[in-house]
Amino acid sequence: MISLRTISARFANGTAGLPAVSLLVAALVAAPVISLAILAAKGSGDLWPHLAAYVLPQAISDTLLLLVGTGVLVIVIGTSAAWLVTAYEFPGRHFFQWALLLPLAMPTYIIAYAYLDLLHPIGPVQTALRAALGLSSPRDLILPDIRSMGGCILLFGFVLYPYVYFSTRAMFVMQMANLVEVGRTLGAGSLGIFLRVALPLARPAIAVGTSLALMDALNDIGASEFLGVRTMTVSIYSTWVNRSNLPGAAQIALIMLALVIALILIERFARRRQSYAGSTQRARRLVPERLRGVKALGAWLACALPIFIGFVAPALYLFVEALARLRFAGLSSSLLTQIGNTVLISALATIVSLALGLVLAFTARMMRNAVTDVILRVASLGYALPGTVLAIGLLGPLALMDDAIASVSELLTGRTTGLVMSASGVALIYAYVARFLTISTGNVESGLSRLSLSLDHAARTLGESAGGVSRRIHLPLISPALASAALLVFVDCMKELPATLLLRPLNFETLATHLYGEAARGTYEDGSIAALAIVLFGLLPMILLARTSRAPKKAGLHMPQREGVAHG
Amino acid sequence: MAHAQEVNLYTVREPGLVKPLAEAFTKKTGIKVNTVFMNDGLAERVEAEGARSPADVLMTVDIAKLVEIAEKGIAQPVSSPVLEAAVPAQLRDADKRWFALSLRARLIYVSKDRVKDTAMNYEDLADPKWKGKICIRSGQHSYNIALLSAYIAHHGEAAGEAWAKGVKANLARKATGGDREVARDILGNLCDIGVGNSYYVGLMRSGAGGPDQEKWGAAINVLLPTFKNGSTHVNASGAAVAKNAPNRDNAVKFMEFLVSDEGQKIYTEENFEYPVKAGAQMHPIIKAIGDLKPDALALSEIAKHRKAASLIMDRVGFDN
Repeated sequence: MISLRTISARFANGTAGLPAVSLLVAALVAAPVISLAILAAKGSGDLWPHLAAYVLPQAISDTLLLLVGTGVLVIVIGTSAAWLVTAYEFPGRHFFQWALLLPLAMPTYIIAYAYLDLLHPIGPVQTALRAALGLSSPRDLILPDIRSMGGCILLFGFVLYPYVYFSTRAMFVMQMANLVEVGRTLGAGSLGIFLRVALPLARPAIAVGTSLALMDALNDIGASEFLGVRTMTVSIYSTWVNRSNLPGAAQIALIMLALVIALILIERFARRRQSYAGSTQRARRLVPERLRGVKALGAWLACALPIFIGFVAPALYLFVEALARLRFAGLSSSLLTQIGNTVLISALATIVSLALGLVLAFTARMMRNAVTDVILRVASLGYALPGTVLAIGLLGPLALMDDAIASVSELLTGRTTGLVMSASGVALIYAYVARFLTISTGNVESGLSRLSLSLDHAARTLGESAGGVSRRIHLPLISPALASAALLVFVDCMKELPATLLLRPLNFETLATHLYGEAARGTYEDGSIAALAIVLFGLLPMILLARTSRAPKKAGLHMPQREGVAHG
Repeated sequence: MAHAQEVNLYTVREPGLVKPLAEAFTKKTGIKVNTVFMNDGLAERVEAEGARSPADVLMTVDIAKLVEIAEKGIAQPVSSPVLEAAVPAQLRDADKRWFALSLRARLIYVSKDRVKDTAMNYEDLADPKWKGKICIRSGQHSYNIALLSAYIAHHGEAAGEAWAKGVKANLARKATGGDREVARDILGNLCDIGVGNSYYVGLMRSGAGGPDQEKWGAAINVLLPTFKNGSTHVNASGAAVAKNAPNRDNAVKFMEFLVSDEGQKIYTEENFEYPVKAGAQMHPIIKAIGDLKPDALALSEIAKHRKAASLIMDRVGFDN
């Protein structure tokens, strides 16, 4: 009876559905993984001796080098940029706050293409350099090739650091003030505060951002393959494509997935005893310290450099190319349709991801236990798989859903249906949500983790329902984290390629597929207009976000004067 | 689902080529072509879609993919006198499940300035005299897997492995990038010779890829290599009619159009490919490469060795 009463009370609060929805979401995200596991079980495992002898030694060392190198770079760039724009006031700071996100707006493989064009011995940079040095032949000046491990790490570092910048800055903005001021009072230097106060406190955020960046690097196939780096992901492809051994490829993919999960769990385990929630009182924004002279210039350069390398240089190159193409090829008439398709499908997927991310994070906050923890981790699996592998894994579940829809339709109307899921684009939204859900859940979760549970308890004591706590306290407080999540997911959806290629309906082009079509033909410059359109539409939300986050904030958590919370 | 006047095309071929083909077909027949352009996974998608799949024509590149479509049981046999007359027997499935539509030859690009050789065999690529001089794309790329498969078909697996090892030892840089990067790297003095497909020569030299690529194309001489037996390795693009095609008749019509003089002309004009149809027109840039004598081995014979070829590429560490 008691449990029944609890349940009915929860229904009254509007929260009882949360765990059920969370479970369903986790099941939907897990579906492609399960379908891959079924595939993998069909394989004999005979490829492993070959892999162990000839492929793994190189692939593992390449993969580790790439991940360690990229990891160090994204953490160094991401955290220091986030700290500079939060803790200091210097010219350009407000611009940098959002401009530091720009490298996210362009597909990594396009940046790789652009950099090879720019830095090739016969490209503009080396040609100008030779002219300046009075050299005539490329052989007289041999510079390191970007098509190398080093080149790949640099590129990933400067393109993927925004994930770390993003998550860390939110952390710095929301909770550091008191501790930093204590540090300052105690006479700690700027660097000391950064290294000994800010970084350790931001660790959950750094972990979230870095794991996103590293999964991107690990699962990338376009850029790293183009630059000659052979990660495990490349082995998945050659096993599948050249040896027609999809089960074997699924086996490799699942083992990689297990390793990724293990790494994430180890990191979480390592900080299991630490709590990062801010105090409920007087949490407020850090007052930035004004920098002058050389220090201001230094801060400016430290923020400008990653934006220049990760965005300005390749975008400028694309822009010049796009102008040249426009002159002789004109503007494609289908560009508008492609923009419409891209924005529509990405916006829908973003809304769904956000809604489900909220459900998952609230479920976990309201009932933190082993079950909800597993649900949350399972719902994040999609990002840990290479995009094509996820898309292949989705084919089976999508077919089952279409079968079910057809059966229901036959039962109800006597008429069968075609492939509703793929023909309607729902398959695409499913794929995007399955892939990017972790970004929205992670952002919401880390936003929530900064709100002390005593807030919830206080509100509940005052008679507020659980749903009311979420609506009236949590949501307003984590709205910056929500906006961030929306932006990241939206941009990632716009760029998404492998699942879009494989699962889209007939005659459905997005900016990313159009760009890829040109790139596949070797005329990616022709696609530069599409690439710039992705950048442009990725930029708009960024600027919007910057404007909202700059609006003056009411002092943090002092909310009792707002009606509703107090009397409930 | 099945309207009389449309055909649904699943293709891995770029929109830049498919669009002109589809437009010409629609203009001629009034049949609308609905397209989805994808990459890896075409066969898996059709397989998963099963009986309700809207796919009519499956159009792909590389012999391995054509054979895979037949082996997966997602294609249906087509008895068409038009297709059989246009496509030579070694370029189509014995059981009529797929037909090659266009050909590309695997060629050797050499530096105009630095290489005097005017004729080479594929076997020569392993000659130590080219140490540090060769550029090539990934050994696991389907074009190179097909080349090594053909090598194995002619000389056996052990010889194939020795050859791959020899070529690897001669590489000037990592085996990566595309075929066009070979020409660009030759111009940039990173290497002297390299391996690339025939249509890239057309795409570069015609200016279709822009003025930069025209310079790359001008920096190379293009050799038409052969195996020691005197024939050149060709790969194919091709198509099949899907097993559950809702518009089967239109699918056959579309494929017949692709091997007609008009269709074949688009292949060579838009994408600089060799026609499959004897006597069909050829783009002047491609004609200038020389008289192609394609390997007489059936494509399906060559495709049998591709797993061995892929394993060899791993064993010799071709991409490391």
